[in-house]
Amino acid sequence: MKKRKKLTLLQKRMLTGYLFILPWFIGFAIFYIRSLIMTGQFAFSNLTIIPTGGYTLDFIGFDNFNYAFRVHGSFKQTLTTSIMNMLVDVPLITFFSLFMAMLLNKKFPGRFVFRAIFFLPVIMGSSAITSAMEMSEAMMSGGISSMSTEMATDASAGAMMNMDYFIDMFMNLGIPVKLLDYVTAAVARINDIIEASGVQIIIFIAALQSIPGSMYEVAKIEGATGYETFWKVTFPMVMPHIITNVVYTIVDNFAESEVVELAYKVAFTEMNYGLSSVFSLVSTLITCLILVVICGYISKHTFYYN
Amino acid sequence: MTEYIARFKKIMNDPDQRKSIMTDVKNFLIKVFGMLILIGVSYVILSPIIGMIVNSISSDKDAYNPMVYILPQYPTLERYTLAIERLEYFTTIGKNLLYVITLMLLQIFICSMVGYGFARFNFPLKKLLFGCVVVMIVIPSHTIMLPLYMTFKQFDLFGIATALTGSPGLMGTTIPMYILTVLGTGVRSGLYIYIFNQFFRGLPKEIEEAALVDGAGVWYTYFRIMLVNAMPSVITVAVFSMVWQFNDTFYAKLFLISEEVVISKKIESLATVLATIDKILNVTIQELYVDAGVILVVLPILIVYLWLQKYFIEGVERSGIVG
Repeated sequence: MKKRKKLTLLQKRMLTGYLFILPWFIGFAIFYIRSLIMTGQFAFSNLTIIPTGGYTLDFIGFDNFNYAFRVHGSFKQTLTTSIMNMLVDVPLITFFSLFMAMLLNKKFPGRFVFRAIFFLPVIMGSSAITSAMEMSEAMMSGGISSMSTEMATDASAGAMMNMDYFIDMFMNLGIPVKLLDYVTAAVARINDIIEASGVQIIIFIAALQSIPGSMYEVAKIEGATGYETFWKVTFPMVMPHIITNVVYTIVDNFAESEVVELAYKVAFTEMNYGLSSVFSLVSTLITCLILVVICGYISKHTFYYN
Repeated sequence: MTEYIARFKKIMNDPDQRKSIMTDVKNFLIKVFGMLILIGVSYVILSPIIGMIVNSISSDKDAYNPMVYILPQYPTLERYTLAIERLEYFTTIGKNLLYVITLMLLQIFICSMVGYGFARFNFPLKKLLFGCVVVMIVIPSHTIMLPLYMTFKQFDLFGIATALTGSPGLMGTTIPMYILTVLGTGVRSGLYIYIFNQFFRGLPKEIEEAALVDGAGVWYTYFRIMLVNAMPSVITVAVFSMVWQFNDTFYAKLFLISEEVVISKKIESLATVLATIDKILNVTIQELYVDAGVILVVLPILIVYLWLQKYFIEGVERSGIVG
């Protein structure tokens, strides 16, 4: 009779650990690893759907990539605009949400009301609701009847004139045009930025709460001004969460970018699955690259308290 | 009056008193400035919502009257009655909430389990596997949308789908979403696993050791002790997963989930329905009905959020997002 070898306690705990993560692991293997491989396959093949079910793949090499970059009308342009928008938005959203979190973190009456309001854009985030909100935004600048095109163009023309006047003024003051462009772009997108920073504000509030109060006391006793306290205490302490927020912002921004819409459209209205896979793959790779570069840069300059 | 000015001058001439008054004034101004910014940004967020509420109660006459602003002259609730009817509001929202809440419970259960597994057990390849969780957060779901579509179009494990629906494939049902969620790969599951992992890592090990000494098994410890202690992150994940599942149209479109279950899909077609059935062809008037519909759609999730709000922010503060 063979005696079964008994497991040690450590081995037992190891197995239980695997049991705990088992459901996720199966899902990850089936829906992520397998899907990623399949996306790669689709990108290099011509996919035809068989009416009775299933599909066939014909290997065609780099033809889809060639088509995407050399022939397709709007892919390159959409990709660059999406990436440029992302690069403009990420620093703005990060600093805006840090600033808002600092304001919301102070003790004042009605704090909970404000915090609830700032999370509203996340709750009302679905596409149908957003488009309805844009329409009613137009209405807020002058009655329902202004939604008719004539008056709307009038109103926006007025706003544009004011904007031009200010831009001229600043240009005459000798402020660099590039900087001015960035600032005007930021002001023009203020709605999008506020809408996109709900979760980030909450993460920053939580980060600010976790800074020990004694640090501020020390800073106060040493005679630091508010400005110094921000740069020497608050900013280094929230630095690790800036990475979290930057990652979240990039991923979130990308998920709603025009490239994704294009990939969806090409797949399900033009039925060109191979091309759609190329779009997805290329844009994902570029996003991952941006993530790695930005996070690498930030984490080099990050101060870890613990 | 002169007396006050004299006193003021005297105070200003005394450097100590002057300094303290100046700091008071400065602090007051900073506070006012901060409040102004908060109120301004809140207005930017709230103004479209106020606009929608106003739209949804104004009558046709108000829509054409350029004098009407914010307060409609002839308020009406007719928009709501028609929107409720055309959306089949109560059945749809009921089904939708059932769908969202069951998925939320599954998310909490599965993700907390996986997060606990990563936080408390040591096993080979743990770092690599947790890296995979991070990859899941980072990789946008549209990268894998085509394979998912193909998989569930042909999905027929042991012929169960054929037996139930008569044809292979799970398109048009909610089952794909449930399968994804049970296997820890639902809407933003990676993020929830991460949150739970961070939270469990922050809990003292002594709790579990005490349970072990008292004779509790691993599963008992997890369900009856750790999960109960993890209430802040449970609430955080509950709110996040409910809101995101409710707003999700990406998976709903991908799996062709019926409008009867996902109300945010139904609201997109409301304008067309109004045009074909009720012959409301004016786009401006259609928009008023859509606004009423949107308010009806948002209302339940908003109520739940406001109810959980206080615990939610406390939960975020105490739970793993910051870790």
